[in-house]
Amino acid sequence: MVNVMMKVCMVCSLVRPEEKLLLEAFAKRNVPVDIVDDRTAVFDLEDLSAWKQYDVVIERCVSQSRAQYVQRMLRLAGVKTVNTYEVIENCGDKFITTQLMLQHGVPTARVMMAFTPESALQAIEKIGYPAVLKPVIGSWGRGVVRVNDRDAAEAVVNLRDELGGYQQHIYYIQELVKKPERDIRSFVIGDECVAAIYRTSAHWITNTHLGGKASNCPVTPELAQISVAAGKAVGGGIVAVDLFEDPERGLIVNEVNHTMEFRNSVPATGVDIPGKMVEWIGELVH
Amino acid sequence: MITAECPECGGTITFKSAPILHELIRCPDCGAELEVTKLEPIELALAPTEEEDWGE
Repeated sequence: MVNVMMKVCMVCSLVRPEEKLLLEAFAKRNVPVDIVDDRTAVFDLEDLSAWKQYDVVIERCVSQSRAQYVQRMLRLAGVKTVNTYEVIENCGDKFITTQLMLQHGVPTARVMMAFTPESALQAIEKIGYPAVLKPVIGSWGRGVVRVNDRDAAEAVVNLRDELGGYQQHIYYIQELVKKPERDIRSFVIGDECVAAIYRTSAHWITNTHLGGKASNCPVTPELAQISVAAGKAVGGGIVAVDLFEDPERGLIVNEVNHTMEFRNSVPATGVDIPGKMVEWIGELVH
Repeated sequence: MITAECPECGGTITFKSAPILHELIRCPDCGAELEVTKLEPIELALAPTEEEDWGE
């Protein structure tokens, strides 16, 4: 039940289809939403009183770093946020996500970490070819590379060693899971897995940003259980969980996303994901 | 009918409903990704390009 009197703010960078769908879901329930553009917002850390008028602030920044800082400042102001900054930090760094999956006993893809080209090569050889290298911070498949052999591995680690940023020197090396030509994205709102899609592509990266096609994936008890467990491990709230179907191990978690995109998933599943998000936020505020 | 001009190709963009400030749209003629930067009258600009930490 959504209280029409609740004061809601959405911090975003751009109004993408997801933000528009959320605004429409609030409008359907007669709840007005103030929009703050993170590109023009100024935060006075000693006077965050203007933010205290809100019962909840929804973070929809497209930038990971802005999302983290905004939510930390809102914590300072004592304002309730969706998601919390802990969830954003836990999902925004792939190492932390993996660490939390292991810590909470949630099945996840095997990962090795290293910090120099030499140790990275050792780790890649140990995990075996093909291996996948990912930036610990990044999304939409950006910077994700598959190395099929020693030559490719040397090329990638040497290139990353030459690049300036320290992030390039953090080597997050993941096994290439023998999945079918698809992965699963499930949508978790609080304690419930509300929907899921298959993302199908002949390419080994199935991200819909890179052309993966979305279709409905039935939410089985097994999928719901692992998805909710992954959500709880990162701190709860509203998250999208990316999973692989391993032929021997069953479902295993790949990543968890804190500012989930669902534009392709509403028509594919027939589930009113933004409506369910708004209802859950209403309960949270209540 | 609400319309605006694409700043990239000059084509006419028609909105089915009133746009929202900072809404992201795509020009049906040239495919450029555009941001609604002003509402009355509607002004469009090329959308910001993806940055290193953008994502979900």
